[in-house]
Amino acid sequence: MTSTTTAGVAAPSLAASNITIKFGGLTAVGNVSFTIPDRSIVSLIGPNGAGKTTFFNVLTGLYKPTSGRVVLGERDVTRLPPHRIASLGLARTFQNIRLFNLMTAEENVLVAMHSHMKSGIFRTVARTPGQRREEREGRELARELLDFVGIGKVADDYARNLSYGDQRRLEVARALALRPKVLLLDEPTAGMNPLESARFVDFVHRVRDERGVSILLIEHDMSVVMRVSERVTVLDRGEKIAEGLPDDIKADERVVEAYLGKTGTTGYGEDE
Amino acid sequence: MTMTTSPPATGSPSRGSGILPWARRNVWPLGFTAAAVLFFVLYQWVLANMSGPVPDFFDRWLPLSVVNQCIIWAIMAVGLNIVVGYAGLLDLGYVAFWAIGGYTAGWLMSGFFDSATVSVFGHAAAGQPHGIHINFWLVLIIAGVHTALWGLLIGAPTLRLKSDYLALVTLGFGEIIPEFFKNGDNLGGFNLTNGTRGITPLDAIPTGPFQYLSSGSLPIPAELGPFDESLKFVVYALIAAFVIFVSLRIREGRLGRAWLAIREDELAASMMGVPLMRTKLAAYAVGAAIGGIGGVCYTSAVGSIAAEDFAFSSSIILLAMVVLGGMGNVWGVMIGALVLQWINGNGLKELGNTITSATGHDINFPSYNFLVFGAILILMMLFRREGLLPESRTRQVLQEPERGQLESVGADLEGDPA
Repeated sequence: MTSTTTAGVAAPSLAASNITIKFGGLTAVGNVSFTIPDRSIVSLIGPNGAGKTTFFNVLTGLYKPTSGRVVLGERDVTRLPPHRIASLGLARTFQNIRLFNLMTAEENVLVAMHSHMKSGIFRTVARTPGQRREEREGRELARELLDFVGIGKVADDYARNLSYGDQRRLEVARALALRPKVLLLDEPTAGMNPLESARFVDFVHRVRDERGVSILLIEHDMSVVMRVSERVTVLDRGEKIAEGLPDDIKADERVVEAYLGKTGTTGYGEDE
Repeated sequence: MTMTTSPPATGSPSRGSGILPWARRNVWPLGFTAAAVLFFVLYQWVLANMSGPVPDFFDRWLPLSVVNQCIIWAIMAVGLNIVVGYAGLLDLGYVAFWAIGGYTAGWLMSGFFDSATVSVFGHAAAGQPHGIHINFWLVLIIAGVHTALWGLLIGAPTLRLKSDYLALVTLGFGEIIPEFFKNGDNLGGFNLTNGTRGITPLDAIPTGPFQYLSSGSLPIPAELGPFDESLKFVVYALIAAFVIFVSLRIREGRLGRAWLAIREDELAASMMGVPLMRTKLAAYAVGAAIGGIGGVCYTSAVGSIAAEDFAFSSSIILLAMVVLGGMGNVWGVMIGALVLQWINGNGLKELGNTITSATGHDINFPSYNFLVFGAILILMMLFRREGLLPESRTRQVLQEPERGQLESVGADLEGDPA
């Protein structure tokens, strides 16, 4: 099923096979197989309503697929609840930013370490040495992550007070605090201007290289997709219509037709 | 983790060492302690040795029994704050936990079950050879654990619901449990709760080793009778301090952050590895345990337990204390509870008496209790929605934030967001 993966050597970080999800009579995603090779950057594109976000939600456990399997690393996570999948190493950001607005940037990151920390009620109340060490290490890691995404200066500010770009970065820092194998970015450049988008491409590469995670993007901005992705998968009406290197996808007639419309022979417009 | 080169966190600059910054950081705990000591000294020594208008004034406007009631309500409000203020789960039936804690005390600290004769460091009242008499301090722990279990039991089915639905189901439990106690005098022939007659009298609070500290000016009896109000005040203030301490400590740790995250955005929290059900159940259990402890205090202060005490209105008053005080902020909630319970317990009545004697109109103020509550609630929501002493976070939402200094931060990486 996992068609023509070029990377081949290492086991994929995430493999979804034959995913089908039906809502009543509607097949939102039909028999889609998809792999994210280890430490790769792949994109999922497709016109609105193609089933991208539904597919995302299946991966993260929000929806249970009607049939098919999701394997994260070595582990079948298909039927696990979302928080279990997250703690096993699948982190995500949201299309519409969903931070914990009335918590500081640092606290936002610390929340995502929940499953990696152990202190329970009694140890927290007693503030045992172990609990204090855990808190201190958590805070250090949180600061490190905030510095890594470039918002260390606003660690003590409430998330709602951060600028839009900083909020997006905070979402990435928070997701990285889960120590993920795979990071899913849902339209991360929505609302960014071209300059910011260009910087974002570098940032995604840096996250992959320095944090050692595989990255899956859903993205509308074709210039970003083409520059950042190693592989691109195209969904249309719930089905996978193409998969391959960005340049091949650019040239694929079915994609051009389905995604950009029949006249879309030049450029990769801001399809919304 | 491959990258560990970044410098570790530097603490925020306000965290100096030395006595003054320490005091500034702990202004509320210190204030609470100081106020408690002041009250004790005032009632134990100053007022007791005075005569004339001053003790008379205190006796009318702020008798110690009312102060004790206020503190006990504050204990329960702090417990409710964990559920409502921290975790954002609207609970309209919190009185159920108060009732369970109260009846736990009733069962374990009285001669009610006279077919049994059990005493665990007990202090049975004279003429009560039978029954279960367990030491008050042990009962506090037992009731805490017992109500926490009920919190889990009630929470397990209800916490799957969200917002309005959850509120309605908790309302249901808040009605069922007091009804159960009211009608529990014939459960298949077994009298569990003594129905509307309630359980009385209850064992006194033992002072244990502290009785040996007794001195001429401060007599400490082995057990605190109905007239040892000032020593009971110390007991309740200590329990309140403990409850506040626990509440603040949990708030700062892993669990407290998870509660806040759920309050802020449940879906995002679960996507960040926070188990929703477990975390919410923990909030319910801790809140219930504190409610149970409050119930034991209440029962011991009143000296009896009766099912009528646990009306829906009590749940609402507790909720009003949390909201008016400043949801999420323990100290605000405590102040809200003290103020509202004083109005409820004594303030209105005395105001009525004063007006009656001044004008000759006989106005029964306590009967306007809920009118006053309603008016206060409306005024607060109009002019100070965040509560008397809000959590700094909520103040952020309810008063518009200042972004000024934040605009440029991160611009070097971001391009200019403005």
